[in-house]
Amino acid sequence: MNEELIVSGRNNLMVDPHLNIWHWPIPLYLFLGGMAAGILAIAAIYYIRGREEDYKAAVRITPMLAPFLLVLGLLALFLDLRHKAYFWQLYVNIKLQSPMSWGAWVLMVITPVSFIWAALHIRELFPRWDWKYSVLYSVEKFFIRYKKILAWVMLIYALVLGIYTGILLSAFNARPFWNTSILGPLFLASGLSAGAAATLIISKNTDERKQFARIDLVLIGIELFLIIHMFMGFLASTQVQIDAANMFLGGPYTTVFWIFVVIMGMLIPALLEVLELRKYHIPAILPAILVIFGSFMLRFIIVFAGQASRWLY
Amino acid sequence: MRYAMAVDTRKCVGCSDCVVACQTENNVPSGFSRDWVVERLNGTYPQLEIELRSERCNHCNNAPCVRCCPTGASHFAEGGIILVNHSKCIGCGACISACPYDARYPHPDGYVDKCTFCNHRLKNGLSTACADVCPTKCIYFGDLDDPNSSVTMILKRRKYKTLIPEAGTDPRLYFLI
Amino acid sequence: MTNRRQFIKISVAGAGFMATGAGTMKAMELISQPGNTGSLNLDLKRTPTYCEVCFWKCAGWVYKKSNGKIWKIIGNDQDQHCNGRLCPRGTGGVGMYNDNERLRTPLLRTAERGKQIFREATWDEAFDYIAGRMKEISVKYGPSSMALFTHGSGSSYFTTLLKAYGSENIAEPSYAQCRGPRDDAFFATFGEEAYSPEITDIRNTKCLVLIGSHIGENMHNGQIQEMSDAIDNGATIITVDPRFSTAAGKSKYWLPIKPSTDIALLLAWMHEIIYNEYYDKKYVDKYCTGFDQLREHVKNFTAEWAYGITTISPDKIKRTAKEMASAAPAVIVHPGRHVTWYGDDTQRIRAIAILNALLGSWGRRGGFYRPSKASVPGYKLPGFPKPSRTWQDAFPGKFPIASSPVSNVLIDASIPENNPGYLVKGWIVNGTNLISTIPNQANTIKAIQNLELLVAIDTMPMEITGWADVVLPECTYLERYDSLRISPHRKPSIALRMQSTEPLNQTRPGYWIARQLSLKLGLESYFPFEKQEDLLDWQLKQVKSSLEEMQSLGVKNFEREADDLYFAEDENVQFPTDSGRIELFSKSLEAAGFDAMPKYTAHEEPQDGYYRLIYGRAPMHTFSRTSNNPNLTDLMHENSVWINPKVAKEWSLVTGQYIWLKNQDGVTTDFPIKVRVTERIRWDSVYMVHGFGHKQKQMKRCFGKGASDTQMITKVLYDPLMGGTGMRSNFVTFVTENAGKEVSL
Repeated sequence: MNEELIVSGRNNLMVDPHLNIWHWPIPLYLFLGGMAAGILAIAAIYYIRGREEDYKAAVRITPMLAPFLLVLGLLALFLDLRHKAYFWQLYVNIKLQSPMSWGAWVLMVITPVSFIWAALHIRELFPRWDWKYSVLYSVEKFFIRYKKILAWVMLIYALVLGIYTGILLSAFNARPFWNTSILGPLFLASGLSAGAAATLIISKNTDERKQFARIDLVLIGIELFLIIHMFMGFLASTQVQIDAANMFLGGPYTTVFWIFVVIMGMLIPALLEVLELRKYHIPAILPAILVIFGSFMLRFIIVFAGQASRWLY
Repeated sequence: MRYAMAVDTRKCVGCSDCVVACQTENNVPSGFSRDWVVERLNGTYPQLEIELRSERCNHCNNAPCVRCCPTGASHFAEGGIILVNHSKCIGCGACISACPYDARYPHPDGYVDKCTFCNHRLKNGLSTACADVCPTKCIYFGDLDDPNSSVTMILKRRKYKTLIPEAGTDPRLYFLI
Repeated sequence: MTNRRQFIKISVAGAGFMATGAGTMKAMELISQPGNTGSLNLDLKRTPTYCEVCFWKCAGWVYKKSNGKIWKIIGNDQDQHCNGRLCPRGTGGVGMYNDNERLRTPLLRTAERGKQIFREATWDEAFDYIAGRMKEISVKYGPSSMALFTHGSGSSYFTTLLKAYGSENIAEPSYAQCRGPRDDAFFATFGEEAYSPEITDIRNTKCLVLIGSHIGENMHNGQIQEMSDAIDNGATIITVDPRFSTAAGKSKYWLPIKPSTDIALLLAWMHEIIYNEYYDKKYVDKYCTGFDQLREHVKNFTAEWAYGITTISPDKIKRTAKEMASAAPAVIVHPGRHVTWYGDDTQRIRAIAILNALLGSWGRRGGFYRPSKASVPGYKLPGFPKPSRTWQDAFPGKFPIASSPVSNVLIDASIPENNPGYLVKGWIVNGTNLISTIPNQANTIKAIQNLELLVAIDTMPMEITGWADVVLPECTYLERYDSLRISPHRKPSIALRMQSTEPLNQTRPGYWIARQLSLKLGLESYFPFEKQEDLLDWQLKQVKSSLEEMQSLGVKNFEREADDLYFAEDENVQFPTDSGRIELFSKSLEAAGFDAMPKYTAHEEPQDGYYRLIYGRAPMHTFSRTSNNPNLTDLMHENSVWINPKVAKEWSLVTGQYIWLKNQDGVTTDFPIKVRVTERIRWDSVYMVHGFGHKQKQMKRCFGKGASDTQMITKVLYDPLMGGTGMRSNFVTFVTENAGKEVSL
C-alpha cells in the first residue's frame, strides 16, 4: 500500500483539498468573451468579403450584443480579482509571456471597437438616432470612411480574443487537464459557434438563417473533432494526463460533460439543424439556445475540472 | 548569487517546526501555510519504508508563476528568489493555478502570498526561519555560487532529487535521499 | 531501600512583578521584519525565557514588535537543552498566549460539581474560600488530608505552601503515570535515576536501541537533535515497536514486536550478550555485582525461545545483539520515558538497565554521561512541620519501592470505601489535567465527588477545571517570572524566565497565587520575598551573577568542577546503591519480596474483533495541553485511529471515515474518530495520538475534535513495586453506526 499525505495540516483556502481558486466569474467571462469574439469575427469576415447585404443581421445587428457581453465579462473578471484596487496594473504592464496580459490588452482594444461598430449601425435599430454633438458626427464619418480597416482590426482582435483564453489555460502545465494546445482552437471554435447561434436567433432572413445553420454544423463538427483529438492526446500522454482524461471517462465529470456539452450542446443541435436543412420544421431558436448553453457548459466544466487535476498528492 | 535549499529526508522527522516558525516569523495568517510536511509510505507491514519531506515554494529556475503573471508582480529578485510585489498584484490567481506544487495561496489581504526564502532575513546575514529552527538541522540553505555554503557542500556529497522534474520547472529545492 | 529521590527543591518565593518594559530589558537586536517592501528595520526587544510547553524547558528569547505584541520565540544559542532551536510546540508557544479562550478570572462553583456553572469572583474571594476550607480540613481531618497534584514550574511554590501547611501528600502524575518505573528501575540498578532531560549521550553514540520509545514523534528536543547528529555520524538505530514509528523509519533494524512481549526480547538479548561473551568483562568485573546469578537466570532465555513469544526471528535477535555489542560502550539501550504499560514495567526497565550495564554504557562516552547540576542556594526558610501521615500510610505495604508519592494512591485514598481510616479530603491541582492524565476516569470522578475542596490552577479551561470548586487562572509562562531553571546536563547551567509582557485579564503568576494563599493561611514566613525577581536576584548574586546579567544572557553555563563527564579509565566509581556497585541482581528488590531479576510474564491479548489500544505522541502537540493552541491546531486539530489494511478490509473501513471506539468494558468514546488505514500498524492493534477528544465547550478549537484515548483506558495494571498505572491492556472495537461528523453531547 502506498500513502502520500500532508502531515502538517496544510489547509490553504481555495488550494486544499484541491485547487478551487476560480469560481463562476471566470467561466462566465470565458463564455461571454468567446461569444462576443465569435459575433465580431463573423461580422468582420462577412463585411470584408462584401456580403453585408446578404447577412444583414450578422454584420449589423448581432454585433450590438457584443459591447454588452464584453462589459459584463469584464465586470465578472473584475469581481473575481482579490486585490481589486490594483487592477490598473494590468494596463501599465505588458508581459509577452503571459496570455493574461495579452487578454487585458486585447480587451482594451476590442471593447471600444465593438462599441464603435455597434454605434456605426445604431440606425438599424433606432432609425432616427441623433448624435447631438457635431464632434460625434465627425467621429462617425471618420469610421465610416475607414470601416474596412476597422473591420480588419476587429477581425484580428476578435480571433485573438476567441483563442487566447484557451491558450491561457493551456499554459498552466500545472493543471494537466488544461495542458493541451487543442484548448485554444477548441475555445475559438466554440466561441464562433455561439456567435453564429446568436445570429440564428436574431436574424429574420431565412437564407441567412440557413447559412448560419450550415456554419454552425461545420463548427460543431470541428469542435467534436477537437474534443476527440484532445482525449486521444491525453490518453497517449503522461500518467497525470491520463488521470486527467479519466475524470471524463468514468470519473466524476463524465456525466455532466458528455450530456451537457457534447450531447445537448453539440449533437442534438447538429441533428436539429440537419433536420431543418432537410426542410423539417424545427424552431430555429432551439438548436441555437442549445449551442449557446453547450458553449457555456464547456467552459464551466473545463475550468472546474482543470482545477481538480493535479500532479501531486 | 543563486539561493537554494536542500532538505535531508533521512533526518526529517515530520515535526512541522518549520511550519510554525515560518508562521510566526512571517506573520502568516492563521489557516494558511507557506510550507508543509509530506509523509510518503511504501510497502506492506513489516516491510516498510518512509520518506518525510519539508516542502515549500521551490523558487524554480523556469517558474511558470513568473511567466504567467500579467502584471509582473511575481518576479525574480536577487539570488533567484521569487517574490510577489504586493502593490502590483491584482489577485487574479493565475500564478496559483500555474504552480504544480500548490505553493501559493490567496492572502486575506487580497494579494497572493508564498514562501519568500525569508528574503528579509537574508539581508541581515541570517538564514531562513525554517532552516534556523529545524531541530534535526535537516534544512540546508545558502548560495550555490558560494563553494563553501552548506547547501553547495551537501549537494556535492549526497544523492538528491527534486519534485516532479518532468513538470519542467527546474526547482531549486532539493531533497537529499 | 532508601528513597534517593529528592523532592522538588523549594526555591525562594516572590510575588509577580508587573514589568513596564523599557527599563529592565537590556538586550536589543535590530532585525528586519517581513513585509511588502522587505526592508523595514524595527527596534525589537527580546526577553529571555524558558519554555513551559513540556518538561524539557528549552531556553529561548521572546521577540516583540514595536507595538508591544509578541512576535516569535526563538531558542537560545547558549542553551544545552535546545542549542538555539526550539521544537514546534515551543515555537508555537505564542499561541498559548494568544489563545482567546484562556481562563480570564477566578471562578467559584455555584452548582453541583461537574455541572460547570461558575460565577466570576475576585482573587480575594477565591483565596478566602480556599483558605477557609483548608483551615476546616486541617481541623477536621488533619493537614495531611490536603493533597497536591502538580506539574510544571508552579510545582515548587505549591509544594512549599502545602508542606508549610503540614502535608507531604504531593504527587506529580509524571511519576506514576509516566516515568516512575524507569526511575525506580534505574535507582535499583545504578542508584541514580535517568533524569529529565535524560542523560543519554546520543550525539556520540554508535548504536541507539529504542524499546517503544518514539523519538521523532515524542518531541524531546535535545534527543531529536542528538539523534540527527548520530544519524550524520552513521550510528545504527534499532527500534523495537509494534508500530512503524518515525524512529523505526530511520532505523537499520526495526523489530516489529508483538505488543507486551518486550521483556522476553530483552532477556534473550541478555542471553546472547552473556553466552557469546559480548559483554564488557572489565566493566562488569569492576563495577557490577550479581553477574553469576544473572548468567544462570538467562540460561534458557534463548533467541529461539524469544522468537516464539515476540515473533522476532532468532537471526534478527542475534544480529541486533551483536550490533549492540560491537558498538559498546558507545551504545544506549534507551530507558524511554512514558513506560507505564503492563504493570511489570519496573522490571522491564530493570532489564534495560541490566543490558546497559552488561554493555558497559553507563558512565561512558556514547552511552550515559554523568550529569552536573549548578549549585544555587535556595533562600533559607523556616523548617516545615512534620506531617502526621504520608501517602504510604493510606494503604500500608503497597508499592514499597516507590521513590515518589503515587498520584493514584492519593486519588484512591479520597474514596471513603477504600480506607475509611485515612482520607484525603481536599485537592489542589496545578498545571495538570487529571481527567486526561489518570486512567480509569470513572474512578477519578468518584474520588472528586467525595472531596470537600477542589482547587484547579490552570491557564486553559481544561476538563479538571470543570469539576473544581475554585478555578484560579494562571497567566502563561510568557507573562511571568519563575524559579531559575537549574538542570542537570553535560555542563551545569542556569536559565532565567523573565516576564515578557503583562498578564492578560485577571490572570496571575503561580508564585503570586501561592504567596497570597500563604498570607491567608498565616504561612507568609515561607514566602519572604514579595516580588519573585528580588528572590531571583538574591539567588543569582550567590553565584556571582545578577538578575541584570541573566536578563541579557538568558542562559549561563558554568564549567564542571571536575573533568568527570564520563568514568575515567580505571576510575574507582562508588555507585549510590546499597552494595556500592551496579546491581544486576537486586538484593533490595528481593528483600521487598519482588523478583531480583526480571522475568517474562505473558499479558492479556485482545479477544476476537478487538484490537489493542496503543497511544503515543505527535511532535506538534504536548498531551492535551496544546490541543487548543491556535498555531498548533493549524498543524493538527484532531487525532485519527490507525488501522491495518487487513483489518480495515474486514470492517469495510476507508481512510477519512469516522467511527466510534468501544472498549472491552463497554465504554464508547464521546466523539467519533477519523480512520487512517495504514500499513504502519500491526493487525492486532490500533494506534492513536493522546490528548484529543475534549469535552470542554469553552474550548471551541478542540471541543469534539478526535477521540480521547484516556476514556478508553478503564483497565489499569498496577505495578506492584511502585504503583505505576499500566495502560496498555485495553482493547477496542469499532462502531460504525451514526458516526457522521455532526456530534452533540
